[in-house]
Amino acid sequence: MQTINFLKPSRDNIKNYSIIGSFLVLVSLIDVISNAFLKINLTSFLPGSLTTLFPLIIGLIGLNMMRIDYSGNKTLDLLNKNINTNNFNALLTLLILFSIIKALPQSLSWMILDATISGDSKDACTGTGACWTYIKVWFRRFMYGMYPNEFHWRINTAFILVIALGFVGYFMKENLKKYLALYYVIIYPVIAYLVIYYLISGGSFGLQWVETGAWGGLSLTFIVSFFCLIFCFPLGMIFALGRRSNLPAIKYISICYIEFWRGVPLITVLFMSSVMFPMFLPEDFFMDKLVRVIIAITLFEAAYCAEVIRGGLQSLPRGQYDAAKSLGMGYWKMHIFVILPQALKLVIPGIANTFLALVKDTPLIFVVGLAELAGMLALAKTNPKWLGFAMEGYIFASIIFWIICYAMSKYSYNLEAKYKTER
Amino acid sequence: MNNIIKRFIPQILAILFVVLIFGFLTLNAQTNMDNRGIDFGFDFLSQESSFDVQFSLIEYSGSDSYARAFLVGLLNTLLVSFISIIICTILGVIIGVARLSSNYLIKNSAAWYVEFFRNIPLLLQIFFWYYAALRALPMPEKANAWFGVTYMTVKGYYIPAMVWENLNVFLYCALAAIISIIVLRNYANKLRDTQGKQIPVLLYSLALLILLPLLSFLFGGVSLGFEIPELKKLSKISYIYEGGISLPPELIALVLALSLYTSTFVAECVRAGIEGVSKGQKEAAASVGLKPNQVLKLVIMPQALRIIIPPTTNQYLNLTKNSSLAAAIAYPDLVLVFAGTALMQTGKAIEIVSITMLTYLTISLTIAAIMNWYNKKIEIKEK
Repeated sequence: MQTINFLKPSRDNIKNYSIIGSFLVLVSLIDVISNAFLKINLTSFLPGSLTTLFPLIIGLIGLNMMRIDYSGNKTLDLLNKNINTNNFNALLTLLILFSIIKALPQSLSWMILDATISGDSKDACTGTGACWTYIKVWFRRFMYGMYPNEFHWRINTAFILVIALGFVGYFMKENLKKYLALYYVIIYPVIAYLVIYYLISGGSFGLQWVETGAWGGLSLTFIVSFFCLIFCFPLGMIFALGRRSNLPAIKYISICYIEFWRGVPLITVLFMSSVMFPMFLPEDFFMDKLVRVIIAITLFEAAYCAEVIRGGLQSLPRGQYDAAKSLGMGYWKMHIFVILPQALKLVIPGIANTFLALVKDTPLIFVVGLAELAGMLALAKTNPKWLGFAMEGYIFASIIFWIICYAMSKYSYNLEAKYKTER
Repeated sequence: MNNIIKRFIPQILAILFVVLIFGFLTLNAQTNMDNRGIDFGFDFLSQESSFDVQFSLIEYSGSDSYARAFLVGLLNTLLVSFISIIICTILGVIIGVARLSSNYLIKNSAAWYVEFFRNIPLLLQIFFWYYAALRALPMPEKANAWFGVTYMTVKGYYIPAMVWENLNVFLYCALAAIISIIVLRNYANKLRDTQGKQIPVLLYSLALLILLPLLSFLFGGVSLGFEIPELKKLSKISYIYEGGISLPPELIALVLALSLYTSTFVAECVRAGIEGVSKGQKEAAASVGLKPNQVLKLVIMPQALRIIIPPTTNQYLNLTKNSSLAAAIAYPDLVLVFAGTALMQTGKAIEIVSITMLTYLTISLTIAAIMNWYNKKIEIKEK
């Protein structure tokens, strides 16, 4: 009995066990770190595969020794509770730690230590690391596409104006607040369209005309997602109400619309807009490709929006409808003042997800020949002067999109928390 | 009277609106096609396609018809979706469970995995795997063998092919095993309900599943051989592997991107499902005297699955639709073969795009119908 007690860590021999245990874990960590960073194999004297398994075994024994319940030591208890509850957990902990340590030096040296950013041609990149020079040289192209360099200020100004106009709602006077929805649904899109049309397209006020074929890069992503965002929401609301309507014709038209768009992939919708849609237009009527694409994406995302909003409408208790009706409200009054404000509050996360999906879908316009960020990358990749830097380009684009999407999802969490009401 | 007007006017207006739009579009299409001398029709489907497809599951050559090209594309789409769905389910369940782990490191790595992969557009991920990551693989002659017999090269992944003899006997045996497992399960359920006896069904079914096919090898004359890919010199510098099955890099890139991307959504569904089962259920089950694995099997999982399955099926549908991004890296799926190459050759934009859309629509609506039926079936019947 004595020996078993001795082998089993407990509070009685806490000091010995915690010291030996942490020492063993430390040894295993040092072994892995020296292996990864300094390329020294401390355990080369061990035979065969034991060398690679050595830190894992030592670490497991160490963690097992440290696992003492209610030890009274705050740090030890915290460790045991969070990363060392049982042998399986300890194994996973070690594996995660080791793989992070193993991956760190390689990615660090590739991305930062051995990377080049100086110079402005391919010759500057001679090292083994990443060639950020490529990104630096192509940066303007990635941001603005083939838009002429000297007019980039026009895109910047347009964006600043549009964003500023978007914030107007926050600063509206109290007595104007009731027109807020009207502003955002009708006036704002029109103004934004005019700003973008006159500033970015040009053609009047002494600004040179730049055709949409030259637009591109990240700014095109923003333009497309912006217009789709503001148009798909009202459209989705209409179809959500339509699907809940008790008039059969309207209901079935809405259902057909929603199910059709939800059933087809966006890429075929884009194909349709680029090759099939011109056939359906009057003969001498020309519609710009960008406009067609924006319409296609808007119609597509509106169906998803509608389903999300319908979810919110459905989750409202019947009592809300009955109460509104008993006050003598008609259909529109009831929906505008009672139902929609509550339903929309409920669907904020869902709507945010739809918008997120929309932003992530915009690179797809690349398949119909509009060169937004992914398209510009494909273009830069095949440039004979800059062959072989696909990795850097895609990592750069991924980082940009990741930041945008992550910020959006975090913002939606905040919105959700802000508008959460006790039910 | 007032009520009738209120009910009918909007409906008539809506129908009129839809009819007018459709009429306007068809009229335009008709005049446009007349002007350009294009006729509408599906005759082209039986014509010779005269283009080649790099990768197909069925026999196909340029002399086959467009209809067969369509089938090739459809099968390729289904193949890539099927593989990705399996991988993303496995990954998603692991990550979803890991997010609920008590281990700080595991929980956070899983959370970062989800945040990382789902916030990068799928198209960029596909491009990354195809143009950046898979291009860094070695040439065929320099490739190291994985597991001794498979070769991962820049030209694709080469794996041994299975050569069967008397495959049908083996399949019959497998079928027999599955049927006997179903019978056994029913019998075990009956026994449990009437006499309260428990049979280790899982153990027996596993034994059946292994034993019956094994018997077919011993007595049924079934034999299984492997055709291992071998390096062959084409010219001085160009090598290729012959024999076995080669998975093209397009397929690998697509499967990787689709399954990693979708697994994050599946993981969230799984997490929500498990969190959705209230703690009281577990405690109640334990207090009735069920063992931990019984609690999981009989109480937690049935309730969690009810929450998990509908959104997860939705994700599978999304994955199938997203597989159409294959066109961007030239994997010959439905969109590339049919809405791409076939459209370029025939110029029948309206017919081809509508067939493609209808195909996806049919897949989606079928699965949605099955899901609705399933939801109705498992719905908790209250009140």
